[in-house]
Amino acid sequence: MSMADDVTAHVEGEPRFEGTTPKATWPLYEVFVRGKRGLNHVHVGSLHAPDDTMALHNARNLYTRRNEGVSIWVVRGDAITASSPDEKDPFFAPSGDKVYRHPTFYEIPDDVPHL
Amino acid sequence: MTVTEDQTRDPEAALEAQFDRTVAAEGRIEPRDWMPEGYRKTLIRQIAQHAHSEIIGMQPEGNWILRAPSLRRKAILLAKVQDEAGHGLYLYSATETLGVDRSELTEKLIDSKQKYSSIFNYPTLTFADIGVIGWLVDGAAIVNQVPLCRSSYGPYARAMVRICKEESFHQRQGFELLRTLMAGTDAQRAMVQDAVDRWWWPSLMMFGPADGDSPNTQQSMAWRIKRHTNDELRQRYVDMTVPQAEALGVTLPDPELRWNDERQAHDFGDIDWDEFMQVVKGAGPCNAQRLQNRRAAHEDGQWVRDAASAYAAKQAAKEVAA
Repeated sequence: MSMADDVTAHVEGEPRFEGTTPKATWPLYEVFVRGKRGLNHVHVGSLHAPDDTMALHNARNLYTRRNEGVSIWVVRGDAITASSPDEKDPFFAPSGDKVYRHPTFYEIPDDVPHL
Repeated sequence: MTVTEDQTRDPEAALEAQFDRTVAAEGRIEPRDWMPEGYRKTLIRQIAQHAHSEIIGMQPEGNWILRAPSLRRKAILLAKVQDEAGHGLYLYSATETLGVDRSELTEKLIDSKQKYSSIFNYPTLTFADIGVIGWLVDGAAIVNQVPLCRSSYGPYARAMVRICKEESFHQRQGFELLRTLMAGTDAQRAMVQDAVDRWWWPSLMMFGPADGDSPNTQQSMAWRIKRHTNDELRQRYVDMTVPQAEALGVTLPDPELRWNDERQAHDFGDIDWDEFMQVVKGAGPCNAQRLQNRRAAHEDGQWVRDAASAYAAKQAAKEVAA
């Protein structure tokens, strides 16, 4: 897989292997649902639809049959830019060696309150 | 970052070692991670088969929607059949993360190149069958599916979590339906017993061949796709179901079924594996009909897909014009 594929791949729906040419169908949409007010939208799955509006209706029918949400986002998979999945990737390295960003890095005497 | 000699010599081996470590540490494999080809193929086969089962499973129950005895039962059955469609779609969505397209999977199903659970090749002869499917068939499905919520492949495990939450409704509505019938007339009670007699053994077959005849189990367990052997799950199911049958007042049709104090489990009779193989190979009572219906639904539904595409194109053209 080329680097170009890596940065433009879908969150979950990207055919992983070169030479895989699925039949032309409706585009893939990733679906995000806000469970209730005060919570973030969370990715719940994907579906295919001919356009954005029908994707939203299909998502409502498929992913919120039991009051699972108060708001839905649908976004075309090919519009998502994702980081490379490889855990050894240096992409996250800048945050790996900065222990001083964590409160536990600092030693404070036990008898000092509220710290 | 340090690069070990192994990695420079054989990047594939290093990737495989990392995959093995992730699985062994109860980590999850996600769609764009490297994975062995066998793992990917096994998952596609298993998840697709599971998705097809949900979709084909709509037929035996859909058979009774128009004949449900009350509006309440009709509304429940409609909701349940709609759930089965939803489960199929969650699972097709999970399969697609492995690099296949769901339209390919549908083609494979209607061309008999992929299988679905044999249980759906049995007919639903009376309305009591609807209750028994909820109680016994969905009950067996739950026993199979709960451990899959911890499957090593992330999208599959997450789909199973959603499905398991909904299956509980399926099983309970079935049990309630049967309790209602059992509180009715002698004829209604006989109808329930007849349905139990017909569905009990096929339900036990849902767990698949005996461990000695299930060649893929060991590899699937090593990859933590599967968590328990077929026989372990079957035993768990029998032990769970016996007290439910007693509460209901029905007899499970197995003269050898009895509690074994030594094993702290129920002994039960031999399964007719010849029948199982016959149905798997296509000679069950409804195999041809199920596939024919699925093919017809797909082909006759083409105009709906075409209309949706045409509508989308029209809306897009309007936006451009505006």
